[in-house]
Amino acid sequence: MPLLRIEGVAKAFGNFRAVDRLSLDIRAGEFFALLGPSGCGKTTLLRMLAGFETPDEGRILLGGKDIAQALPHERPVNMMFQNYALFPHLSVRDNIAFGLRRAGMARGDIATRVDEMVALVKLDGMEKRKPDQLSGGQRQRVALARSLARRPQVLLLDEPLAALDKKLREGTQAELMELQRRLGTTFIIVTHDQEEAMTMASRIGVMDAGRLRQVATPRNLYEAPSSRWIAEFVGDINLFSGEITSRENNRLKVATRGAGTLVVSELWPPVSNDVVNVAIRPEKVKLSRRAPASEEGGSQAINRLDGVVTDVNYLGGVTTYKVKLESGAMVRSSVANTARLDIDAYLAGQRVVAWFTSDDCLVLEQ
Amino acid sequence: MARAVTSMTRFNITALALGLAFLYLPIVILVIYSFNASRLVTVWGGWSLRWYVEFFNDRAMMEAAWMSLLVAGLSATLATVLGTLAAIGLARGERFRGRTLFSGMLYSPLVMPEVISGLSLLLLFVALNAERGFWTVTVAHTTLTMCFVTVVVQSRLTSLDRSLEEAAMDLGCDPVRAFLLVTLPLILPAIIAGWMLAFTLSLDDVVIASFTTGPGSATLPIRIYSEVRLGVKPEINAICTLMIALITVLIVAASLASRISSAQGESGAPL
Repeated sequence: MPLLRIEGVAKAFGNFRAVDRLSLDIRAGEFFALLGPSGCGKTTLLRMLAGFETPDEGRILLGGKDIAQALPHERPVNMMFQNYALFPHLSVRDNIAFGLRRAGMARGDIATRVDEMVALVKLDGMEKRKPDQLSGGQRQRVALARSLARRPQVLLLDEPLAALDKKLREGTQAELMELQRRLGTTFIIVTHDQEEAMTMASRIGVMDAGRLRQVATPRNLYEAPSSRWIAEFVGDINLFSGEITSRENNRLKVATRGAGTLVVSELWPPVSNDVVNVAIRPEKVKLSRRAPASEEGGSQAINRLDGVVTDVNYLGGVTTYKVKLESGAMVRSSVANTARLDIDAYLAGQRVVAWFTSDDCLVLEQ
Repeated sequence: MARAVTSMTRFNITALALGLAFLYLPIVILVIYSFNASRLVTVWGGWSLRWYVEFFNDRAMMEAAWMSLLVAGLSATLATVLGTLAAIGLARGERFRGRTLFSGMLYSPLVMPEVISGLSLLLLFVALNAERGFWTVTVAHTTLTMCFVTVVVQSRLTSLDRSLEEAAMDLGCDPVRAFLLVTLPLILPAIIAGWMLAFTLSLDDVVIASFTTGPGSATLPIRIYSEVRLGVKPEINAICTLMIALITVLIVAASLASRISSAQGESGAPL
C-alpha cells in the first residue's frame, strides 16, 4: 500500500474540468514532481491534497484513510505556498511556532522544535525579525521551516522556487533535496519548470488538461516518452512523420516525408500502427564534414542526412545548429563545446552530414 | 518635468495659499472668536476662556454634547461590527447571485441625499410606532455610517493575500481561528479607521438626526442649530472649536491607521 493513493479524483469549476478522474500512487519518502503547463490542473490537485478544494468525485487515501472531505487542519499534510504566505504580523519564531501552538504542544517542546527548525534551514539569529526584514531567500526558508515544523507525513510545495533568481534557485534545489533525504518526508512539488522537476524529483508526473500523461523517472521521461506530446513537452526533439515499410530483427524501416528512409530500433512495447513519428533528441544528432564510416555506430545502423547549416547558436556549454535537409526539412543538433578553440565549429552555409544511430531514435505513435 | 512639478514656484504657493484660505479662514475666525472676551460676537474684546467656562456650566448644552458622544460611540461600534461583517461577506464569500446588487445597495447611503435617508427612516420609525429618541438616532446613524466602514474594511480585505488564511488553516486552525489569529490582526487598522470615520460622521450629522430624534434627546449639532436660530452666542464658538479639535484628532488618527494598514499590505510590516 502506498502512502498516498489518489483514486479517480475529479474537480470541475463550472464547465472547466480542472482535474479529470486522475489516479496516482505516491510511496512514502518519495520526492514527487507534478509537472505541466499552466492551467493543466496541477495546482488544483495539490490544493485538493491540502484540503483547500474538495474533489467532486474520487478518493484520496493517506495511509489507508480517505481524507478527500477532511478540512485542511484535520490532515497530517502541510503546504509551502508559492508566495510563502508568511504572517506579516508575526516574527520568524512565531511564524514557525504557529502550527505547533495550534497542535497544543507544550511550551518547552515548541521552543526546542523551533530552534531545531531554525538550525535546519540555517536561519540562526533571524528569529526576532519580521518577514519584511528578510530577503527573498530567507523568506523561502522561513516558509519551509514553518511547513516542516509539524512533521507532516506529506509536504506539498507549490512552485517553491519560482520567486527566487536563477543562482539562488540552483543552490536551494540542492538544499531541498538534501533536506528531503535527511528527513525522509514525502515531498510533492508542483512546478512548470522541467529542469527543476528533473533535478530534484525521483519521479515526475506530467499533467495536461487535468489528466496525467505519463508518470516516470526523469530519465525515462526524457529518453522514453510515452507519446509525441510528452516528447515535445519535455526538452527539445526532432520529429519526422512517416510510415513503417519493413520490420525485421527488431529493426524498423520508416519512410519519412522529410528525411528519407530511417532505420530505427524497435522499443518495447512494439508499435501497432504503421503511421508513426521518428523522434530524435538534438544532442544525439552528430554532425560531421563527411559521411561517418559505418563502424562509428558499432553494431547499430546509422542514419545519414545531408544538409546545409542555416543557424548557429553558441550558448556557452553547447552550440545548437539548424541543418536544412535537401527535402527542406530542418534538423536540430546540439553539440557540446568540449574544446575551448573553435576547430570543431561549423559555419552557416557549410555542407554537413547529420547522423544518428538507430538506437537513439524513438518511434512514437501519432 | 519632475522639477517643475515638485519645486514651489511663486504661482504654486499663491494657489495653495488661496485654496487653504478659502477652506480654513472661516474656521480660523471661529476658533479665534471662541477666545473672545466680548459678549458681542462681532466685536473683539480681548482674549478669554470665558465662553468655555460658560459652556461647561450650561447643563442643556453639556447634556446634548454627552448625548452626541454616546450616540456617536454606540452607532460607530454597531456600524463597525455590521460593516466589517458585510465587508467579509462581500470580499470572502462565495460568488452568489445578486452579489453586485448587494454591494451596490450597501453603498447607496454614500450617494443618497441625507434628506431622503432621514425622511425614509422617519417614516419607518413612525410605521413601527417606535418612540423617537436616543435609540432611533443611534439606529439611523448606524445605517448611515455602516457603508463607510464596509468600504474601508473591504478594500483592506481584498488587498490581503488569501493564502495567509489558507496557511493558517493548513497549520491547524479551523476557519474561525484562522480569521481571529491571522485575518483580524491584519485588518484591525482598517477596522479602527472605519470606527473613527463612523464616529465623526455621526458626531456632526444634523440632517438625519433632526428627522429621527425626539424631544429631550437632541444631539449637540441639533442643539447648536436651534440656538443659532435665536442668535449666535459666543458660547457656540467655543463648542464648535472643541468639536473641531476632537474631529481633527480622530480624522488624523483614522488616516494614520489606514496608512499603517496599507503599508502593511505592501511590505508586510505592522509598523
